[in-house]
Amino acid sequence: MKNFSEHKTLWQRNLWDRFMVALLTFSTIMVMLPLLIIIGYVVVNGISALNWDLFTQELGSPARAMQGKSTGLIHTMLGTAVVDLLAIIIAAPVGLGAGIMLSEYPDHKLNPILRVINDTLNGMPAILKGLLAFALIVKPMGTFSGLSGGFALAFVMIPIIARSTESALMSIPWSIREAGLAIGLPRWRVVLSTVMPAARTGLVTGFLIAFARAAGEAAPLMFTSFGNNYLPNHWTGMILGPVDTLPQRLYSLAISPYKEWHELGWAAGIVLLGFVVTLFIIARMLTREKNYD
Amino acid sequence: MDIMLKNKKLAGAVVSEKTNIPNKKIEENGLPGIRMESRDLTVKYGTVTGVKNISLPICNEKVTALIGPSGCGKTTFLRSLNRMHDITRNATVSGEVLLDGRNIYHPKVNPVDIRRKVGIIFQKPTPFPTMSIFNNVVAGLKLVGIKNKKLLNEVCERALKQAALFDEVKDRLNSPGGSLSGGQQQRLSIARALAIEPEVILMDEPTSSLDPQSSSKIEDLIHELKKNYAIVIVTHNLQQAGRVSDNTGFFYLGELVEFGETEKIYTNPANKRTEEYLTGKFG
Repeated sequence: MKNFSEHKTLWQRNLWDRFMVALLTFSTIMVMLPLLIIIGYVVVNGISALNWDLFTQELGSPARAMQGKSTGLIHTMLGTAVVDLLAIIIAAPVGLGAGIMLSEYPDHKLNPILRVINDTLNGMPAILKGLLAFALIVKPMGTFSGLSGGFALAFVMIPIIARSTESALMSIPWSIREAGLAIGLPRWRVVLSTVMPAARTGLVTGFLIAFARAAGEAAPLMFTSFGNNYLPNHWTGMILGPVDTLPQRLYSLAISPYKEWHELGWAAGIVLLGFVVTLFIIARMLTREKNYD
Repeated sequence: MDIMLKNKKLAGAVVSEKTNIPNKKIEENGLPGIRMESRDLTVKYGTVTGVKNISLPICNEKVTALIGPSGCGKTTFLRSLNRMHDITRNATVSGEVLLDGRNIYHPKVNPVDIRRKVGIIFQKPTPFPTMSIFNNVVAGLKLVGIKNKKLLNEVCERALKQAALFDEVKDRLNSPGGSLSGGQQQRLSIARALAIEPEVILMDEPTSSLDPQSSSKIEDLIHELKKNYAIVIVTHNLQQAGRVSDNTGFFYLGELVEFGETEKIYTNPANKRTEEYLTGKFG
């Protein structure tokens, strides 16, 4: 006969079960907490600095803020839009192409190499990507520029887009490709006209996630787009000259010795947070909406 | 003799003298109107052999049925007839498949051209999910740059009529292809294959996912289509093979055990295994 006293009693098992669930609940809370704290802290501190001037005035010198004159971050917001758009324009076709290669041409010689390099690039610190853009563009041009910032952020986006494109395309059944080939379409046409439209939502979501990720990066912009306290005289100055961006402006406002600028920094935080969170929410909503079963 | 002349003409400059030689044999073996023929065709997936040394003729205006137990290589063979294995990983094809005397595995032959001549219909209906019924049917024309609206309309109507689907969908050609029922979707897939006017039609268990009514519609369709096309059909349904086909090939363990006129195979098979399979002793 087996001695049942060696086994755990029902009471003990219940206790153990509760302990494990408590452990999981703790982890869950620890995951949610930072985001809630960030949102709460930024909103509480920055809300008072939000005003009309913020969206209409440029920053100017610290004296301007200390004398109580109106200052704002319009040049930063415009700069962010320009640099981020440049980045997505550069990154979207490259990342898309790489993603198609990963998903649709598994037999291609370059495929396994691309996969390793793409994953490595994805894990590489963003500041090194800034360094790359510095060496490739800032040095030859002789000036910091929005363009170099755009390239630096593009290097952040490309591996993310490539991976998300791959998984979006892979989610489309193989039979769709065969059906396309069976009616005598060339392979590139099958991908372009039958697989990609079916994967549209996934592709767009990938772009948005990459965009939101890159939009929050400060490190690669420090020595590429550099920052600027004023709006340029001409709009091309945003691309060819040093330009302000939200994450990097947030950093320089925060480390400045001026109390007025610290408050402005919180306001910049709210704007950046709102921008990035909106993008992620749109991405989430798109992911939920399925257009292929 | 006619066939030979036609072959030479079709073969054109691409085909070497060598690939034309087998035509004589087609004439000699007594089966008139041979459209396609496989010769010692072997398909391997990595080291696993799918089918080996299959030699089988496919005739014009005839339905050729391929029967046999699951995993015997029927589908593998069918897919090799229009180079669908090109995109299957690890699949290697050796031997020859002649279309009008021209080896479709010749290195200079573009598989895309072959697939426009040899259409295939799969087991599961596969409408393009983002396209309307109309665009699904004319996809093979529109996506290669044919924009003539009048022509596309004509082709769409003809193909849908051939596939016995026109009356059911004529009022909603712009609704998504995926909105149709399973049987309609399969006929849509057939219409799409017919729209590019292939010369040979391959069908891989076209009715296995359909209800009896839809199945019988598709069988009627096969009878209708065979007046103009060479048809090859893979089926698990022996009654169906008996009803629709003129010639039957029995596959077993990757080999072609027996090939001949359906009537003869069904009533008086030469091979013992064929008889056992047809009488339900195994398979």
